[in-house]
Amino acid sequence: MVGATAPARQDAGVRAERTDEPVLATVTFTVNGQRRDLELDTRTSLLDAAREHLHLTGSKKGCDHGQCGACTMIVDGRRINACLTLAIMHQGAEIVTIEGLGQPDNLHPMQAAFVRHDGYQCGYCTPGQICSGVAVLEEIRAGIPSHVTADLGAAPQVTEAEIRERMSGNICRCGAYSNIVEAMTEVAEARA
Amino acid sequence: MKSFTYERPSTPAEAAAAVARTPEAKFIAGGTNLLDLMKLQIETPRHLVDVNGLGLDAVEPTEDGGLRIGALVRNTDLAAHPRVRTDYGVLARALLAGASGQLRNKATTAGNLLQRTRCPYFYDTAQACNKRRPGSGCSALDGVSRQLAVIGASDACIATHPGDMAVAMRVLDATVETVDAAGTERRIPIADFHRLPGDDPARDTTLAPGALITAVTLPKPVAGTHIYRKVRDRASYAYALVSVAAILTRDGTGHVAFGGVAPKPWRVEAAEADLPKGARAVTAQVFADAKPTPENAYKLKLAERTLGAALNQARA
Amino acid sequence: MKFDTPAGPNPIDRLKVVGRPTDRIDGKSKTTGTAPYAYERHDVAPDAAYGYVLGAGIAKGRVRRIDTASARQAPGVIAIVTTLDTPRIERGVMNVAYLFGGDVIQHYHQAIAVVVAETFEQARAASFLVEVDYAPEAGAFDLAEAAKSAAPVPADSGEGSGGNGEERVGDFEGAFAQAPVTLDATYTTADESHAMMEPHATVAAWDGDRVTLWTANQMIGWGHGSIAKMLGLPKEKVRLDAPYVGGGFGGKLFVRADAVLAALAAKAAGRPVKVALTRPLIANNTTHRPATIQRVRIGATRDGTITAIAHESVSGNLPDGDPETAVNQTKLLYAGANRLTAMKLARLDLPEGNAMRAPGEAPGLAVLEVAMDEMAEKLGLDPVAFRIRNDTQVDPNQPDRPFSHRDLVGCLTLGAERFGWAKRNPRPGQVRDGQWLVGLGMAAAFRNNMVMKSGARVRLDGSGTVTVETDMTDIGTGSYTIIAQTAAEMMGVPLDRVVVRLGDSDFPVSSGSGGQFGANSSTAGVYAACVRLREAVAQKLGFNATDAVFEDGAVRSGNRAIPLAEAAAGGALVAEDTIEFGKISKAQQQSTFGAHFVEVGVDVDTAEIRVRRMLAVCAAGRILNPKSARSQVIGGMVMGTGAALMEELAVDAKRGFFANHDLAGYEVPVHADIPHQEVIFLDEVDPMSSPMKAKGVGELGISGIAAAVANAIYNAVGIRVRDYPITLDKLLDRMPDAA
Repeated sequence: MVGATAPARQDAGVRAERTDEPVLATVTFTVNGQRRDLELDTRTSLLDAAREHLHLTGSKKGCDHGQCGACTMIVDGRRINACLTLAIMHQGAEIVTIEGLGQPDNLHPMQAAFVRHDGYQCGYCTPGQICSGVAVLEEIRAGIPSHVTADLGAAPQVTEAEIRERMSGNICRCGAYSNIVEAMTEVAEARA
Repeated sequence: MKSFTYERPSTPAEAAAAVARTPEAKFIAGGTNLLDLMKLQIETPRHLVDVNGLGLDAVEPTEDGGLRIGALVRNTDLAAHPRVRTDYGVLARALLAGASGQLRNKATTAGNLLQRTRCPYFYDTAQACNKRRPGSGCSALDGVSRQLAVIGASDACIATHPGDMAVAMRVLDATVETVDAAGTERRIPIADFHRLPGDDPARDTTLAPGALITAVTLPKPVAGTHIYRKVRDRASYAYALVSVAAILTRDGTGHVAFGGVAPKPWRVEAAEADLPKGARAVTAQVFADAKPTPENAYKLKLAERTLGAALNQARA
Repeated sequence: MKFDTPAGPNPIDRLKVVGRPTDRIDGKSKTTGTAPYAYERHDVAPDAAYGYVLGAGIAKGRVRRIDTASARQAPGVIAIVTTLDTPRIERGVMNVAYLFGGDVIQHYHQAIAVVVAETFEQARAASFLVEVDYAPEAGAFDLAEAAKSAAPVPADSGEGSGGNGEERVGDFEGAFAQAPVTLDATYTTADESHAMMEPHATVAAWDGDRVTLWTANQMIGWGHGSIAKMLGLPKEKVRLDAPYVGGGFGGKLFVRADAVLAALAAKAAGRPVKVALTRPLIANNTTHRPATIQRVRIGATRDGTITAIAHESVSGNLPDGDPETAVNQTKLLYAGANRLTAMKLARLDLPEGNAMRAPGEAPGLAVLEVAMDEMAEKLGLDPVAFRIRNDTQVDPNQPDRPFSHRDLVGCLTLGAERFGWAKRNPRPGQVRDGQWLVGLGMAAAFRNNMVMKSGARVRLDGSGTVTVETDMTDIGTGSYTIIAQTAAEMMGVPLDRVVVRLGDSDFPVSSGSGGQFGANSSTAGVYAACVRLREAVAQKLGFNATDAVFEDGAVRSGNRAIPLAEAAAGGALVAEDTIEFGKISKAQQQSTFGAHFVEVGVDVDTAEIRVRRMLAVCAAGRILNPKSARSQVIGGMVMGTGAALMEELAVDAKRGFFANHDLAGYEVPVHADIPHQEVIFLDEVDPMSSPMKAKGVGELGISGIAAAVANAIYNAVGIRVRDYPITLDKLLDRMPDAA
């Protein structure tokens, strides 16, 4: 149990009086390799913990309801929608945000490929696309199938169809999809 | 979102006890649907019991040759599991057709069963909705209903169960295992797990208050071609207009359940004997009592044609 | 600088930097998440409180009472501003609906309160404690019904291609009656949402009687004036800053409720406040592209010469709103001696209809270019050949007025060749590839080239760095980069010696981003300022400005060359100018052209539609940066594909709102919907457009693409759907038996 400074839960009467007060809880996790100790309102999403408390604003809030993918982070090696999870549920987690993948003077290969292929326009979905893109190539490498994997018994390959299906949780309203697929394909080929 | 207290127990018994002793408590696992609804105050728990520390994340063979899936197995892991890919293809396919990669990484087996409808009026707290606010009425009846149920609904609610996984589990005759605070274990056939709205649409399932889903078991594999065909407007990351979960043999015999058409995965076992006669013979029985709205009447033809496609695929 | 004669040779023509496919200079910021968007300005407002906006739960009526007592006592709440506490605020530039203040509700989710608290979680929770009592009124929400009493309008949204409600040339009715081959068909297009990824967001901070808004806005000049007017402040007391804008597509052209409420809330709270519209609020609170009902009539001779063409459209809006100008391209796209275009506007109480990417042309061509396809089939002509036969090099309404440059035919022929159009089976429903019925479709693309006055300031410092400042925005359009390219070309320095600063109302007023006028206009403004700076440099270095050559970081004349930086050795040189467009912009018709080619597959069983191939050929003057221009075109093609196949704000005509008001309900294309996209730009310049000889390209890609998709569907299955979006339910009843 995370150290919640909770009211006496057994006493419903006391609790009713205090229900609107924020409940604070502490959580410790690692963000981009750095240990972070936070005391947060239990309601704080992982996304808001990053954006509002750690000032890591690279992860974007596009919908706050898991409908766009702009908030994608890689948590314990897996990409998730940071808007639909509570920060306090990630005690001990290893979290990677866009800031952890690379910096302007030290771009991650996926970031560099996005620049080269113009895999973005307004830039708002971009961190999520890139985090997802990095994780997608890992998922394929790990043999996780997708909706378009023809043979569930075989290892999936990096194809354009696989990339498109797996990236479909990241909406780009500017419509950079075609270029994003090319950027990811280039990164995948460079690694192969 | 109302403020809530939070705890993370380490055994199912503790978790069930925690929910039982705390008013307005709920379990949270992946959280992808619950938090979505809490932000809109459609769900307003005052205490969250985080079940992610309970284990319950194993996929194990059962003695009778089936599979027991822990409640907390993530959708991604379940779809990628070798046994599921080999023996329960319809389930792997259904999981992979659902949501997005990010959501499947978080969403759990139990949570997926419990996801609530995507009816737009359920989601809009300014509108009447009997599921969200019992007695307030159903705006969907004369509102926007293209996505909503054509069968199994009532005058009080025409919401659909939005999931894919449960449709596959329905055709697989899965069983939902639960435990409550008293330690009582219960096994609920998937057919009885989701309920029809009748005049009480607020309750989606027959899960007892406070009971915790611990696992879903699948009987031993059913031979045949495993098909999950999901039809939607856009190619991915969308709810089904209609889906067909089927296990079919070359001669056309088999089993079929439909998604996107009803408040629960929709299966009429009695109609399956007619599968060799073709799709129309089956859907005529399965949807005999359908009451579509003008906006969603297309689902009847779509269901027939989608089943036809599945039958063709099985024959090929 | 006044632009009133065609551009002659100028330094841009060297094309050492301009015209080359160039990675965006803001690319590293965007791909690393370090580019700051409005809601993220911890740097400028570290103590900002959180504002959470409440939208009205009725579509029309009055707010009787707002009870904030419980909410005010909720933990963390600092202030609550309600619409009943606030006199109705004047509207800003181009606003149709009032954004806040007073008791009148004009549309669903109109902002009625903002709750300010120490944390986002507290503001959100407290907002649910606000109780509102409404007096609802009946309203008109059904376009088809309201269309019956729609009134003809003189219409010019300013954003579309302009013109009056009804225009006639010759005798349409007579010619149509006599034409041996005719088409008379009615089509509908749906209400659409911009659905840009960054929600409307603003941080507002007061300093005494001055206010600064870090905000997501496409048009800083308009927004600056609007906010001053709305808050009753002189413009000098207001500053807007929008260095990065996460998409707009017209949805952020005008000041929205986030900006107004942030300013009011910050005043009430006595500290900076940040406000973002929540996603479920955006579709109904802000603007949308209005639905249309359009009738097209075409009459032609048997050889395919159009003799009569009419395009009529009706759309709806709130009082004071404009129509969707869907008929305007029909005045210019094809020849024909007898012509009629007309628009009607119905009164609706749905949320405000306003500009969305290619207003007018996007829904207008979605219809006209299907009608052309239908007509080609009636004539037994190839759709490409039919369009070429009816090309015009002059404005058909005013034959003495030529196009400045028009190569629609070049787009059509090259596109047909590259796409393999000749292989298309003109008989629909014939081509099968496994599970798919396959069809090819095409459409012309057309969007007028508008120009807007645009200013910039350029500074040369002692290190040789050139800094450009303008209130121009980069909403994904690539403004940063093309502005840097322009300055680099003009001053003869490499791209990395140019710094571009955008989006600040303290900078010279630019065209802003809209109507595909931004790229050409704003770079022309930078050109003008650079001409001034070159003069200052030449004077400083003792050169004659007219024969000095700026290249390779030096200024050269004859055999004398001096490093550019030396001109600023004694202090930075600063120059500012504004490009202003004279009558030349109207003397000839300036438009951009293109041709779309699309291959679709329609599932033989389920009628699911998937796009398999896409090609656009564009003729849009000089292409300043082929890399980012291509992105603009493919982005337009994606959005238009959405309009063709899935995008529809679902109107609840009983309750008066768009029911699918989030990104799960309002489907836009995802990765899996979009194949590889090809774009070809014809190599051309248009000296009538500006010194840049460029034209707009940001909206050309969406213009016509929906029709190309629709025509491909028809070719695939032989079913003509005249109601967008073309979803499978509209095909199912007529699909051939599968098996």
